[in-house]
Amino acid sequence: MSAGLQVRGLSKSFGGLVVAREINFDLAPGDRKALIGPNGAGKSTFANLLTGALTPSGGEIRLDGRDIGRLREAARVKAGIAKTFQITTLFQDLSVRENILLPVLERRGAGLRMFRRADGDRHANAEVEALMAQFKLQPFAGVRVDELAYGQQRLVEMAIALALKPRILILDEPAAGVPTGENHLITDAIAALPADLSVLIIEHDMALVFKVARSIVVLVAGAILVEGAPHEIAANPRVRDLYLGSGHG
Amino acid sequence: MSFAPRNARLRDLALLLGMAVAAAAAYYAFPDNLAFATRVIIMMIFVLSLDFVLGVAGITTLGHSALFGAGAYAAALCAAHGWSEPVLGVIAGAAAAALVALLSGLFLMRTRGLTLLMLTIAVTEVLGELVNKFSDITGGADGLDILMGPIFGVLKFDFRGQVGYIYAACALLLVFAFLRVLVASPFGLAARGIKESPARMRAIGAPVYWRLVAIYAIGGAVAGVAGALSAQSTSLVSPNVFDFQLSADALIMLILGGAGRLYGALFGALVFMSVHQVAASVDPFNWLFIIGALLLAVVYVAPAGLLSLPDLVKRQLRFSR
Repeated sequence: MSAGLQVRGLSKSFGGLVVAREINFDLAPGDRKALIGPNGAGKSTFANLLTGALTPSGGEIRLDGRDIGRLREAARVKAGIAKTFQITTLFQDLSVRENILLPVLERRGAGLRMFRRADGDRHANAEVEALMAQFKLQPFAGVRVDELAYGQQRLVEMAIALALKPRILILDEPAAGVPTGENHLITDAIAALPADLSVLIIEHDMALVFKVARSIVVLVAGAILVEGAPHEIAANPRVRDLYLGSGHG
Repeated sequence: MSFAPRNARLRDLALLLGMAVAAAAAYYAFPDNLAFATRVIIMMIFVLSLDFVLGVAGITTLGHSALFGAGAYAAALCAAHGWSEPVLGVIAGAAAAALVALLSGLFLMRTRGLTLLMLTIAVTEVLGELVNKFSDITGGADGLDILMGPIFGVLKFDFRGQVGYIYAACALLLVFAFLRVLVASPFGLAARGIKESPARMRAIGAPVYWRLVAIYAIGGAVAGVAGALSAQSTSLVSPNVFDFQLSADALIMLILGGAGRLYGALFGALVFMSVHQVAASVDPFNWLFIIGALLLAVVYVAPAGLLSLPDLVKRQLRFSR
């Protein structure tokens, strides 16, 4: 039984439109892998197939040898797969603390408790405090998330995903929409992620990808074009032509 | 740490005490209008139920009277078949309405938006027709006259409505306390999360569909309490309890007060019922005009409800400085 995530022959089509073709993909424990590709390559679709938001048309997804391809989204979260959203999807009316407390309570199986205060669970509160400290969000604990700067909202996204204590973390364009001046918030946060956590980063910002990824997978038209170390990808002429542009160097 | 659950509990207790004092003050201030005050309290309970379902959890519905009606008929049928003790009737009303909400919720909660809105109305229509169809049991269009026994076998309902008022006020306090506890709980926080983003809730592993069914059933139970109290306080239940107008009025009350905070339901019901009472006594044919104008003004000036007015004024003053 191999540890980590193994994807074999994963396919997805909407009618005649094929958005994922026979994808084979591995993510070992502690990996930092980036998935890149032009717009419409199927990167977010692939992520949604992994999380269960989309049902695959064929192929299999295994986590530590266990077939999770037919599990629903909620069950895959419990199995250890968490994802941040490409477009920030937070609980806008709730505070930063409540945004992080919600996944902590759900993970601890406390979501059905009706007669204890949500903020009265000592262990859950300690976890929330630790996550806010990790992402430097304590000064904003009581602030509604829609009042935060966008870069900080992206950090809340990551804190929510991490609150689920996943083994596989999928970051769907973590720096999308973040002003250049706040980009370091994201790279610092990714660098500080637990070493044994497997991370798949889907990102357009090549500077960020080359900074944080140890290997890169290039997806084009729903199929993997090439996979390799960042320097190999940067030097690959097909990638240069198809995605990075010949001027990349 | 800025978490202060103990302070929050004390605040809730103070709030409940304040409500009890206000109810007692109304009892002494309006001794000749206790029947009306009882109706206001019953509507408060009904709108609280709608606030939990719609304001807190974001379940759009225009068929809440289905649950009110189920509670009213369950309590009336209990009384008509020898279970005339009112508290038992309320429990039966809550259970029946929760069951209706649970069963209808199993398919309603698979839909959203306009489809859900239409289907909730359809459920109400179906229940109204069932009541007409099974007239042997329900009394059909004439409804059922019921005779209530004393509360706990001791306190008899009186003609001035004193016992009925105190009974309804106690029910309101219990329902409000229950919903406050529920909204502050992990279950309540998840309900707010579902309103904000069902997709994100699914992505954190919450079974959104089943939670919505549970929320709808609990809201149904509370609406059933209101329906049962209504049947008991008037000693009558008729198919009117399934009127679309009742659902629409409750929605207007919630919008007037402000959704999602529970207080708004209380305040909105009080304002609507009071304006209705006064306006209808001045002009029995055109009182809806006043309600319409009030609703327009609130939606335009304070979209988050009348309870948000102090915050709006404060913000305006700060801005003008």
